[in-house]
Amino acid sequence: MENFTPVSALIGGGLIGSAAVILMLFNGRIAGISGILGGCFSSKTGDIPWRIAFVAGLVLSPLLYGLFRDENLEITFSTSTPLLIIGGLLVGVGTQLGSGCTSGHGVCGISRLSLRSITATLIFMVTAGVTVFLFRHVLGG
Amino acid sequence: MKQTLVVLISGIAGLIFGLGLVVSQMINPAKILAFLDVSGNWDPSLILVMGAALLTTGIGYRLVLSKERPLFSTDFKLPKTLDIDKKLVFGAVFFGIGWGITGLCPGPALTGLLIGSTEIYLFLIAMVAGILGYRVLGSFVMRG
Repeated sequence: MENFTPVSALIGGGLIGSAAVILMLFNGRIAGISGILGGCFSSKTGDIPWRIAFVAGLVLSPLLYGLFRDENLEITFSTSTPLLIIGGLLVGVGTQLGSGCTSGHGVCGISRLSLRSITATLIFMVTAGVTVFLFRHVLGG
Repeated sequence: MKQTLVVLISGIAGLIFGLGLVVSQMINPAKILAFLDVSGNWDPSLILVMGAALLTTGIGYRLVLSKERPLFSTDFKLPKTLDIDKKLVFGAVFFGIGWGITGLCPGPALTGLLIGSTEIYLFLIAMVAGILGYRVLGSFVMRG
């Protein structure tokens, strides 16, 4: 467990939660990324600007981080190109079909004690765990 | 005026959310996969990220949702569907497989966009294609 980073995990989680509370307090909206992104492609044009602003905030956040800390952000991939594309498609379709992802179900939904979100989160956590197990320890990726 | 404030708040919330993902290193797929790989060299960090987020949001929502309405909007937009149906289950399974294969989900993938890795571009293009594909075709097919 030498990779365990409890302090930054707690601070980061607190920031994520604060963002979700701010969005609900001022705008009355759930901070579910896949829902916010999916709605950008909706025909209700008046509903689109706040979604684009949220996504822009996400995209620009590493720059804000860079003002405080001068370090290269580590991003390491171990997935081949075909699998990245298949994974991306599955994430895209799955979040729209299941109405949420890690943020919408896993954080906002569970915080409201939504039974749907608790169920969805358990299912995608277990499915993801089994997928990793199969790829790493059975298929030997 | 209200509409401008709504957009401004959304941008700030997005920035703080992304900052949380960056600080906790949740934008690094290797870190997510190390959490999901329970039988490997396990990294439990993601539990603490979710735990802290849930604690903050749980308390915050409790205070906020007891108000009559949000500050800049007419009502709280909460999901109306309550039943656990096939769409929810299959959606969560698809999402879980995709997440497990790549170590990426929508928030971290968008937050990592400017870091400029080909892998993230590919994932994001495929993800948006999946979202659009579902919105155009899927909702139509699943209605049956």
